Amino acid sequence: MYTGRDEVHIRALEHLDEGKDVPDCLNGAALYHCGPIMKQDDDGKWSVVAAGPTTSARMNALEPRFIREFKIRAIIGKGGMSKEVAEAMKEVGCVYLAATGGVAVSYAEGLSKVTGCDWLDLGMPEALWHFQTSSLGPLVVAIDSEGNSLYETVRQKVAENLSKQ
Amino acid sequence: MVVKLPEPREKVIENLLRLANTKLPADIGWALEAAAGWETNPTAASQLGAIMENVRKAELLAKPMCQDTGIPIFYVRGKFDSTIAEDIAQAVKNCTKAIPMRPNTVDPIIRVNYGNNLGDGMPCIHFIPTNDDFTEIAVMLKGAGSENMTKLKMLNPSDGMEGVKKFIIDSVIEAGGRPCPPGIVGVGIGGTADECVAMAKRALLEPLDMEDPDADIQALEEELFVKINQSGLGPMGLGGDTTVLGVKVRKSACHTASLPVAVNIGCWATRRACARITDTDVFYSQGVRL
Ligand code: SF4
Repeated sequence: MYTGRDEVHIRALEHLDEGKDVPDCLNGAALYHCGPIMKQDDDGKWSVVAAGPTTSARMNALEPRFIREFKIRAIIGKGGMSKEVAEAMKEVGCVYLAATGGVAVSYAEGLSKVTGCDWLDLGMPEALWHFQTSSLGPLVVAIDSEGNSLYETVRQKVAENLSKQ
Repeated sequence: MVVKLPEPREKVIENLLRLANTKLPADIGWALEAAAGWETNPTAASQLGAIMENVRKAELLAKPMCQDTGIPIFYVRGKFDSTIAEDIAQAVKNCTKAIPMRPNTVDPIIRVNYGNNLGDGMPCIHFIPTNDDFTEIAVMLKGAGSENMTKLKMLNPSDGMEGVKKFIIDSVIEAGGRPCPPGIVGVGIGGTADECVAMAKRALLEPLDMEDPDADIQALEEELFVKINQSGLGPMGLGGDTTVLGVKVRKSACHTASLPVAVNIGCWATRRACARITDTDVFYSQGVRL
């Protein structure tokens, strides 16, 4: 699993446009919208302290192209994403998994190993961290690969409930 | 007068940052437990369960409960001088390494990270001088997920309280799952534009179980709490009975031609800590009405 938020999206797509290299790991990746707190020990080894999801909607504008270019298979985030993103997900066969926002200690436990990092110059929250996972959760399939969105269902229900008030 | 303290002030501020990061205020914990008790939606119940388990682990392991350790917003009340700003800055810098807190502050134009949670205009401190003989320092850690949902609207007086309520409810619903509901809705009504937003944020510092002295405000908070929860938006916007744990409203006089309303949402991880420093003691708590 690889973390990527605003700056990873911006740089990866810029690099594609300019014909520059993009880390190979993004191809077919499970992308975690997350800016973790990481700690480096005296030997330079990184470990993860806290790593819950960040708001996915911030990536709405760049995500459709990002998904198509890198054939992203799963996105883990919070708050859901736009219809345009859901369409790109459908094309590529990608699911959106809702992680519980703020639950950073539990998710950090599910990221069992730090296997690498790219673009650390973007700063700790924005860097592209590589993780091995085990029992990462809870995760709720909130947008499936057919484009069905739990957020959409809830939104309709909310509008209905509020109109009754 | 020589002020003799059991701990240096900088250490007290470090304690506040550690407390806020690792221990959820008790009033929010109780509200979460109550919500888990009445929640009928299984997805929502799983979200609340995950939050409560995470809160327990964070406290036990002394780790930040959320990776977005936010921008620490400080309030200083009572007697103080300008050196307190230096102590706060030093404590923020130390704690960024020691807890650790995520380095969050960047230059807004070139987006380069300062690496220490400081930078131009930081730390963010509100000063409230009074004639008391103590210094009260409160800190709230405000993550971007909730802060980005902040709204201010200069309504017309003719929009009345109906307009005010609609604006507040719409703001919470529009925010959806982004500010990690269920949290607290901070509301400012009246004042000038800047004061209105400041009130909405200050409202989040207050413990949920502290009642507003004004009966009209109490009634308004209650009505908004019920209506927003009836929406069914639910924890993380995934549906359910719990969208907010509380609504806190503050008001201030305003211009006869204005009706400002501001909404500042606090996520479930509305992390606060306060210390009242007297000549001999330091009293810690996790909520205060300012
Ligand atoms: S909104 Fe709050 S709980 Fe959610 S990620 Fe941001 S700081 Fe953490």
